[in-house]
Amino acid sequence: MSSPIELQSDETFILNVGPQHPATHGVLRVKMEMNGEYIVEAETVIGYIHRMHEKMGELKTYPQYLMNLSRMDYLGALGYSHGHVLVVEKAAGIEVPERAEYIRAIMVELNRVASHLFWFGAFVMDLGGFSPLMYALQDREHILDMLEAVTGSRLTYCYFRYGGLYNDVDDQFIESARKFIPRMRKSLKKYHTLVTGNIIFRKRLEGVAPLSKETCRKYGASSAVARGSGINFDVRKNEPYSVYPEFDFDVPVYHGCDSLARYNVRMDEIEQSLRIIEQGLDKLPGGPIMPKKKPKIIKPPVGDYYQAVETARGSFGVRLVSDGGKTPYRLKLRSPTYSNMHLFDESCRGMLISDALAFMGSLDLVIPEIDR
Amino acid sequence: MVAYFSEIFYGLISLFQGMAITFKEFIKPPVTVSYPYETLPMCDRFRGHVELIENEDGKANCVVCGLCARACPSGCITLAGVKPEGEKKKVLTKYILDFTRCSLCGSCVESCNFNALEFSKEYNLASRRKEDFIFDLLGRLEDRNR
Repeated sequence: MSSPIELQSDETFILNVGPQHPATHGVLRVKMEMNGEYIVEAETVIGYIHRMHEKMGELKTYPQYLMNLSRMDYLGALGYSHGHVLVVEKAAGIEVPERAEYIRAIMVELNRVASHLFWFGAFVMDLGGFSPLMYALQDREHILDMLEAVTGSRLTYCYFRYGGLYNDVDDQFIESARKFIPRMRKSLKKYHTLVTGNIIFRKRLEGVAPLSKETCRKYGASSAVARGSGINFDVRKNEPYSVYPEFDFDVPVYHGCDSLARYNVRMDEIEQSLRIIEQGLDKLPGGPIMPKKKPKIIKPPVGDYYQAVETARGSFGVRLVSDGGKTPYRLKLRSPTYSNMHLFDESCRGMLISDALAFMGSLDLVIPEIDR
Repeated sequence: MVAYFSEIFYGLISLFQGMAITFKEFIKPPVTVSYPYETLPMCDRFRGHVELIENEDGKANCVVCGLCARACPSGCITLAGVKPEGEKKKVLTKYILDFTRCSLCGSCVESCNFNALEFSKEYNLASRRKEDFIFDLLGRLEDRNR
């Protein structure tokens, strides 16, 4: 009979998590050097679904590139499109009608709620609870139905246009969005009783994977990762864009620095997004959704433009360098999860592998968006 | 000591609260649809692959201006037409959509100024052969009229 291999106390082995692994939520590979159950060193390996989105941005004309943005992050696609259309509008000097901006904000917030719901389900599933995912997907389904009825697709929306929108929202959408808000609030209460209060859940997260303010700053972390470590930074508040200054909402900040703090920030963000949607629906002005004057061929003047937006996963930035032609000279996409992911390499040393996977879940990684 | 026992006590309560929610959900009617035996209707604005729109005579509205082919980010559209003698407009002779490359962005429909393209409601597209996804839209239009 073969006897199990006995490891010496200082002996390590290499464990590959991914690229096809349910806990990594995509094709992310983590090379871990393990000592028993403890991680000695970890290295994230990315690039399995690199699709050259930035290069495509240089080759395609502006309108042709629009749909690429919704392929970057399949959970919160609208936020990314928003960043791109804003920077091109800024560069080409296109005025956006007020109604279009309001609808954009409502849509982006709905998408943010959908994204956070999916994250919530997947995160709890990483920790071993399956049913919250089903409840979260049930609520998310309502949002996807609403977005599908307006935009025509469920994930890869391609809804925003330079200067406005693809098509207008109808009364049915407004009615279903209004109905959705109280429903979601009720569900949030349910989630808090079912998951947030659960003793097993709390014990798995409290004090686990501490990320200091300095580490977050060093790596350029944003979204709930930074706000869970006490950094009060939200692009919507700090560098206001679109119609966000018109809305009254708070930026949830927790000082726990652990996985539970990051969880709490995202759960509170759902409520804040609901507040924005509610106000947006109340204030929604009439009027056109596309500007009267719009250049037929978009050729921004020579220059260097940048616009950051707050997506569901953090601050997403688009830098556009134009040489005055039909295609950009350079299009740099600053992806928030790329920065957030590198915190994993730094902070998981000495952690138990099960805690490390919970930590990875709390970072809310979407791999196509990292690889882009 | 007190903290230890109160943690156990409140922890147990939290578990029972969770169980109560699970039980409540357990007796609720299912919300899922048993696809493919049941299907949901597609919404009006659903973006499927494109189809040609016909006029009253059953001919395609298309005037072969080529704007859709130019607007397409992936170059999926190939079209050709001839100008019959004595007529003002071109007549479409070939319209091929390479669906293997199409990403359903809808740029072609948006660019069309002649109301010649629309989205279909088809979504059950699966095949093992690549040729099945090279759509001859003009042929499909003629098949529909047959």
